[in-house]
Amino acid sequence: MVGRIVTGAHYGLRDWLIQRISAVVMVLYMLFIVGYALLQPHLDYDSWTRMFSSNVLRSFTLLFLLALYYHAWIGVRDIVMDYVKPAGVRLVIHVLVILALLLYAIWSVQILWGM
Amino acid sequence: MQSHSCEFESSYAAMINNKRPRFLALHQIKLPLPGIISILHRISGALLFLTLPLLLWMLQYSLRSIVTYTQLTDALRTPFSKIFLLVILWAFLHHFCAGIRYLAIDLHLASSLARSRSSSKWVLAVSLALTASIGIWLW
Repeated sequence: MVGRIVTGAHYGLRDWLIQRISAVVMVLYMLFIVGYALLQPHLDYDSWTRMFSSNVLRSFTLLFLLALYYHAWIGVRDIVMDYVKPAGVRLVIHVLVILALLLYAIWSVQILWGM
Repeated sequence: MQSHSCEFESSYAAMINNKRPRFLALHQIKLPLPGIISILHRISGALLFLTLPLLLWMLQYSLRSIVTYTQLTDALRTPFSKIFLLVILWAFLHHFCAGIRYLAIDLHLASSLARSRSSSKWVLAVSLALTASIGIWLW
């Protein structure tokens, strides 16, 4: 540790914070949505789609999903950095994960506003 | 004097090198409970990431039309998909409870060793109990 020179892109603290903020966003949304669903007299297709017909709930659902995708990116990236050593393989996995998550984000908009 | 210190250094280096594991013998490592919670947090997180497309597909089918909704509820009634749902449910609940524990530790609410051990017992117990009770309720 003598003469240790700190290098790197300095994204550690920012990602650490985003991981926790996105977690809190997801917890709040899930508590709300589970509570709301349990309060329905009976949960069927009509009450389920009526719930998701409001633009407010759609927006908060999208916010939840985007928080989830960012959270997933940081988590998967940390796992890959720990266990996958060859730089080439690591890069390929990173790119595939980013592309998948971006596609999921586009798909989420289509699901919520295309129903 | 010079040769003596050299000898000491080389034997010291040899000792360090001998003690150093060449590889991690995973089956010989006994993790403490907070360590088990931590690795399960990773495994459940990876599992949830891998099932994301399936979960999105389920959300889409549940919302698109009454036809796809019925197809989905029919598909989820088979024993295989119920076991699959149960595994995902456990992964989610474990990740959820362990995540809450990490947030509490960050706020210095459970950072002592004793509280860290007891809270990891709670994480394991609560996520398994919730999985079992929601599982029974869904069946």
